[in-house]
Amino acid sequence: MAKKVHVTTTVNGDEYEYLAEAGQTLVDVLRNELELTGTKEGCSTGDCGACSVIVDGELVCSCLVLAAETDGKSVETIEGMANGDELHPLQRNFLELNGLQCGICTPGFLVAAKALLERNPDPTETEARFWLAGNLCRCTGYDKIVRSVMAAAEEMRGA
Amino acid sequence: MTDMRYEAPETLDAAIALLDDASGGGKVMAGGTDVLVQLHAEIIEPEVLVDIKNIPDLKAMSQTEAGWLVGAAVSGMTIVDNADFATAWPGVCEGVALIGSVQVKGRASIGGNLCNASPAADSVPAIIAAGAVAKIIGPGGVRKEPVENIVTGPGQTSLGDGEFIVSFSFPTRAPHSGDCYLRLTPRTEMDIAIVGAGVSLTLDDNGTCNAARISIGAVAPRPLLVEEAANALIGTKVDGTALENMVAAVRAACDPISDKRGTREYRIKTAGVIARRAASKALERARAN
Repeated sequence: MAKKVHVTTTVNGDEYEYLAEAGQTLVDVLRNELELTGTKEGCSTGDCGACSVIVDGELVCSCLVLAAETDGKSVETIEGMANGDELHPLQRNFLELNGLQCGICTPGFLVAAKALLERNPDPTETEARFWLAGNLCRCTGYDKIVRSVMAAAEEMRGA
Repeated sequence: MTDMRYEAPETLDAAIALLDDASGGGKVMAGGTDVLVQLHAEIIEPEVLVDIKNIPDLKAMSQTEAGWLVGAAVSGMTIVDNADFATAWPGVCEGVALIGSVQVKGRASIGGNLCNASPAADSVPAIIAAGAVAKIIGPGGVRKEPVENIVTGPGQTSLGDGEFIVSFSFPTRAPHSGDCYLRLTPRTEMDIAIVGAGVSLTLDDNGTCNAARISIGAVAPRPLLVEEAANALIGTKVDGTALENMVAAVRAACDPISDKRGTREYRIKTAGVIARRAASKALERARAN
């Protein structure tokens, strides 16, 4: 018999109450229980970064977090990034500078880049590339992603 | 796995009781970056997963008169972001900084890196060189063990049933001390060490080395403390001859496998090179302190 855990998690400011199986990952709950499908599951082993979310201020892979662990915690996902219809500067720069092709890795890159710029508003390109090393993209060759992040950072510093 | 329970005790006693009740069916989890992968691949099938992160001692990090105390479940990002710790132990921070991505370091801990018992774990040679001591708790009480005695082979540790690590203590640094961890990988990030080397040394006022510890990883079934290599530096000015003697001792201690990352011969050769570079950097830091 499955032993379920009663969990209360705040996701993008909204409180969700649900029952999670002990071994159920956060990405599974986000996508399949809470229907927040913006977070993508790639490798399920913490190598690709597609499922990146922020839990209590810490950038993590949601495939390597149990939903049960997030009881009482606050989770930020890609769905919380835009302010209504107004895109986050990172999202807008990814669109304008073609920082994506197939798009599967994009939510993870955006969340990871947001975490970077909150910590360091003026990163060097090298710092940005090292920070994003845990996010894999098989389409772009990374250059346009890094340019998009650097452009968004500059814009946000000026704002 | 569907029958597994999840428990997140808030005290050491509660964690010990849960593991004791499970009589071998319990699995301790800190950051979970290895445990959850093993769980979902069904490499492990515990009855109860005991998450120790809610126990305050496991997440505490503080500087005391006796040195630094780092909880076994403190995340890698917390460690590398601590500027005072980085000043005292830059080499330990170098090892921790090489554990996976930012996302992985947001969860992964030194305790987990050690207890996962990979021969190539990046933080382990660094904490062995640093002379860290693990505080272990279990049904039999508390014991302390130098970290080089924890890993016994790939995936194997000397921890008994129901035991887990609470914290690591790092000794107070003497003046003119420095440490360094370097590893060799084909890529600059997100890779597994072909070889890793941690070096910590102390100089007297005349610049003569009076204490040294050298540890190498990924070149044997477990990370090694190589006393002969340290002895090659102690009593010297860490000059070219001393470094060559140290390199020879490091290579003599290597007993690596050949795999897709590197042959046995390549690992033995490069272990010496990486150890020499790490020793030179540790020396530079010791002279600056």
